[in-house]
Amino acid sequence: MKLRNFLLRVAAIFRFILKVLKDFFRPPYEWREILRQCFEVGNKSLFLIGFTAFIAGMVFTKQSRPSLASFGAESWLPSLVSQAVVRSLGPLITGLICAGKLGSNIGAELGSMQVSEQIDAMEVSGTRPFSFLVVTRITATTVMLPILVIFADIIALLGSYLTVNFINKTSFQLYFYEVSTNITYLDIFSSLIKSAFFGFAIGLVGCYAGYHSDKGTTGVGKAANSAVVISMILIFVIDLISLQFINLFRT
Amino acid sequence: MTTMTFPAQQSKTHDPSEIVASIRDLRKSFGDRDVLKGVNLDLYNTENLVILGRSGTGKSVLIKCMVGLMKPDSGTINVLGKEVFSLSAKELNDLRLQIGFSFQGSALYDSMTIRENLEFPLKRNLGIARREELKEMVTNALEDVGLAHTINQMPSELSGGMRKRVGIARTLILKPKIMLYDEPTSGLDPITAIEINELILSMREKYKMSSIIITHDISSAKHTSDRIVALVDGQNRLEGTFDELKLTKDPDLEPFFNY
Repeated sequence: MKLRNFLLRVAAIFRFILKVLKDFFRPPYEWREILRQCFEVGNKSLFLIGFTAFIAGMVFTKQSRPSLASFGAESWLPSLVSQAVVRSLGPLITGLICAGKLGSNIGAELGSMQVSEQIDAMEVSGTRPFSFLVVTRITATTVMLPILVIFADIIALLGSYLTVNFINKTSFQLYFYEVSTNITYLDIFSSLIKSAFFGFAIGLVGCYAGYHSDKGTTGVGKAANSAVVISMILIFVIDLISLQFINLFRT
Repeated sequence: MTTMTFPAQQSKTHDPSEIVASIRDLRKSFGDRDVLKGVNLDLYNTENLVILGRSGTGKSVLIKCMVGLMKPDSGTINVLGKEVFSLSAKELNDLRLQIGFSFQGSALYDSMTIRENLEFPLKRNLGIARREELKEMVTNALEDVGLAHTINQMPSELSGGMRKRVGIARTLILKPKIMLYDEPTSGLDPITAIEINELILSMREKYKMSSIIITHDISSAKHTSDRIVALVDGQNRLEGTFDELKLTKDPDLEPFFNY
C-alpha cells in the first residue's frame, strides 16, 4: 500500500510538472502577475541574500588564507575565492536562502488559499487558477534566481575583497584583475543555468506542496515545511548533477 | 431507500421542460465511507431548492460535483443541458461561468481588496479592462448587497456576514443562471442570517436565477425555499415544501422541524 501511494504521488508530481510546462506556453500569458511575482521574489530575498553572501565571502577568504599561505600561494586567494563563489558558493547560498524564504512562503500562501477554498473559488469562476497562481510563481523563481545569484556573487566578492584588502592591502584593480582572469564564461553561464534550475525546483515544490495541501491549519504548516525541506534537498541534488555535467566541458 | 414525495396537490407541480439541472443516481465515496449513495434531484427554472441535512451527509460534496470540483464515482449530472463530466476543460470553464458558487467560508481572495476581488473574474473571464466600466460593475454589485462603502477595504477588515455578502456579490457579478449556496448562514448571528436569507430572495427576484441552497439551518430553509430535499445517509429521503416536510414523522428528520 505504501509503495502504491508513493507511485501515485510520483505520478501526480509528474502530471503537475507537465501541466506547468503546458500552461507555460498556452496563452493568455500572465505578464503582469509574473512581473509582480518577480518583484516579490527579489524584494523578499535581496537583503538577506546580500547580507549572507557578504559574510560568506569574508569568512571563506579568511578561512582559505592560512592554507594557501602555508604553500606560499597567498596570491592565489582572489582566484580561489572567485572560482568558489561563482561556481558553487553564490548559487548555493542563494538557492538555500530562497528555498527557506520563498519555498515556505509559496507553500504557506497557496496552502492557506487551498484550505480557505480560495483556489476552488477561482476554479469555479472559470479564472484558471493554475496558470495565475502556479505558472506565474514558478516562472518568477526561475527567472529571478539567476539574477539573485549574480547579485550574491558580486556581494560575496566584495566581502572577499575587503578582507584581502584589510589583510594584504591588495588594490581593487589587482583583485579585480585576478578575479576576471580566473573566471571563465563556462563558470558564469553554468552557474546561471544551474541557478535557474534551483529556482524552478523551489517554485515547483512550493507550488505543489501548497496546491495539494491537506485541509486544516496543520495542512498549511506541512505544506510550508515540506516545501522548504524538499527544495533544499533538490538544490543539493541539482548541484551535484550539474557539477558532473559541467565537468564534461572542462578541460 | 426511495425518495418519498408529498402529494402533488400540496407541492407546486413543475413542468419538466423547466428543469435547469438534474442529478441522477449520484454516488461518491471517500475510501471506505460512502457519502452519496444514489442521489436524484431536479432543479427548476427560478426555483430556490434547499438541500437540508445533517453535517457530513454529503450536501457540499453534491454541489461540488455539480461544478466539477469533485468527480463522482458514478451517476450523471446535467446542468443547463450539458453533461458535466463529458465536457472538455474549455466547455467546463464556459459552463462554470453560468454557475455561481457561494462558499461556506466566503473564499474571498485575502491578498486583494474588495474591489480587486470583484474585478478579478471580470478581467479574467470577460476581458473587461476599461477602468470606468469595471468601477461601475463593481459598484453596482456591491450596492446590490449593501456594501458599496467597503470597496477599498481588505477582506480581513470585514465581519463574517459582510464577507458572505461580498462573496455573493463577486459571484453574481458574472450574472450566473444557477446559484449554489454552500451553508450561507452558518456561523452567523440570527439577525445577519436573516439578512443573508433576504439577500438570497432579493437576488433571485432581480436576476431571475435558480438556486440550490445547502443548509442545516432550518430557519434559513424555511425563509428561502420553494422546495426542500432532505438528504439522509447520502440519499434524498424526503422532498416537498417546508410546510409539508414539517409534518414528517421520520426519526432522522423530525428533530429538524421541532426546533
